[in-house]
Amino acid sequence: MIIEGPVLKYGDKIDTDIIIPARHLKYTDPNYLAQHAMEPLDPEFYKKASKGVVVVAGKVFGMGSSREQAAIALKAAGVRVIVAESFARIFYRNCINNGLPLITLPYATKEIKEGDVVKVNVETGEVRVGNKVLNGKGITGMALDILKAGGIMEYLKRVSQVPTQGG
Amino acid sequence: MTGTLTEKILSRASGRSVSPGDVIEANVDIVAFHDLTGYHVIEVMEKANMMKIFDKSKIVVAFDHLAPPPDVRSAEIQVNIRKFVREMRLPNFHDVNVGILHELLIEKYALPGQVIVAADSHTTTSGALGAFAQGMGASDVAAAVITGKTWMVVPQPFKVELTGTPGKWVNGKDVALKLLGDFKADYFNGMSIEVHVRNPKAFPTDYRATVSNMGIEMNADALMFVPDQETKDYIKTMRGKEVELLTPDPKASYQDEYTIELEKLEPLVAAPYSVDNVKTAREVSNVEVDQVYIGSCTNGRLSDFQMAAEILKGRTVKTRCIAIPSSYEMFKQAMEKGYIETLVNAGCVVTYGTCGPCLGGHFGVAGPGEVIVSTSSRNFRGRMGSNEAKVYLSGPSVAAATAATGRITDPRDLQ
Repeated sequence: MIIEGPVLKYGDKIDTDIIIPARHLKYTDPNYLAQHAMEPLDPEFYKKASKGVVVVAGKVFGMGSSREQAAIALKAAGVRVIVAESFARIFYRNCINNGLPLITLPYATKEIKEGDVVKVNVETGEVRVGNKVLNGKGITGMALDILKAGGIMEYLKRVSQVPTQGG
Repeated sequence: MTGTLTEKILSRASGRSVSPGDVIEANVDIVAFHDLTGYHVIEVMEKANMMKIFDKSKIVVAFDHLAPPPDVRSAEIQVNIRKFVREMRLPNFHDVNVGILHELLIEKYALPGQVIVAADSHTTTSGALGAFAQGMGASDVAAAVITGKTWMVVPQPFKVELTGTPGKWVNGKDVALKLLGDFKADYFNGMSIEVHVRNPKAFPTDYRATVSNMGIEMNADALMFVPDQETKDYIKTMRGKEVELLTPDPKASYQDEYTIELEKLEPLVAAPYSVDNVKTAREVSNVEVDQVYIGSCTNGRLSDFQMAAEILKGRTVKTRCIAIPSSYEMFKQAMEKGYIETLVNAGCVVTYGTCGPCLGGHFGVAGPGEVIVSTSSRNFRGRMGSNEAKVYLSGPSVAAATAATGRITDPRDLQ
């Protein structure tokens, strides 16, 4: 899976209260959440991301709360893939479950500039910026299976014979 | 197999001998959610048409984030979850009058050696009793509710040793902030921290719960205290139950180790806007404060209120001060000890069992330009309300001393 797009760049420790503030968590509608993505840090994010973008960021992107709306909001706002130096564990899983791919790339914020157009191979982790080829860590194994299935629930339906009712 | 607590718990839960880096499917002992994530968990289950629960006795539900409901949508969320609980006949349901989920887990449910997953990041709190406890998103928790299993990567174990006895005004918060200040918020990503307490009674379960709670702020996969006599005594006192302890092998090998000498710690704070922006309280003692919040799943327990009451006894607060014991049980015990009366007489606003102010929900949201000192766990921009508010995190002693003077105060400097 190859994904291409212009870069919106952020720093280290972008937390989930930045990605989607708690006051919006009483809803799960992607279109509503998209309008408030990254609101405290970048109120123009929704407009900037709407044509499809690659978010590049520093360390522990998505740290903090377990709110799955963080993944839903970014994806619905137009984020096609996130390339960060590292990810918080819960956020990583939430993105996989919501079909938003992520690449771990050390020095991502040093190698990539705001506005660069990057080409990302989701499985190998290769990131191309102009003539430069950067090697990150792609999505593999269990996480890749879940991403391809369309999230953990669809994955469960495929791999197990979980009854759909009863209780 | 090197015999760390992490490996022992996850080997038992997955039915095979595991090592760091392995991808495993673990059986879970408890799956939990609260109101603000619970409705989302149920939505995921409904959308997938998988309304099945692996074991009703292992599901725990508590209303805390929207408790009591501040608006119609919050009330609607609770109405819908109550209906789900009724239809599924879930026995472990706690309405708005019982307490914060993570506090209820350690008071009533969590046991050493268990695997616990819940739809809230502060699930790490149950690590205080030696459980491998992780927060997850709504989809992963829905999957665990249905199957009783979850997939995970076995983390790298890191050992922290606590030696000695903490000073009078130091508690679990200062240990958590010490680790965050020394290692920064990204260091423990992909690791499980196992804390060994040299002198178990010097660092009680209340303190341990604060440190485990903030394991998620360190981005650790789990933060567990090696269970000991204190763990046994706590569970015996709270539940009248004798428990078995699962402990690491004496020769267990860790990726690295770090020792904290408790008597050398002094009251710390995390300054805006990051949990690892750690300073001593004295370094920021000139900062004027508008509101103090004492409570949350981080620092809302009896010992926290004991410290706060000792400082505020006979004083009148000079800031707004909101005090929220984390559960009915903690509130009741604090009332019996006279702490609640002391706080009310000092001018605090007191309720119990809501997460409200910590996440900028209700019952004390921060306004533009305001400075807050809070015993909760996060000081991210906008976390407690306005983007233009500043939050300093501290333990209860600094919070209460600050309420008494109107500026950030190390309790040792109180007149």
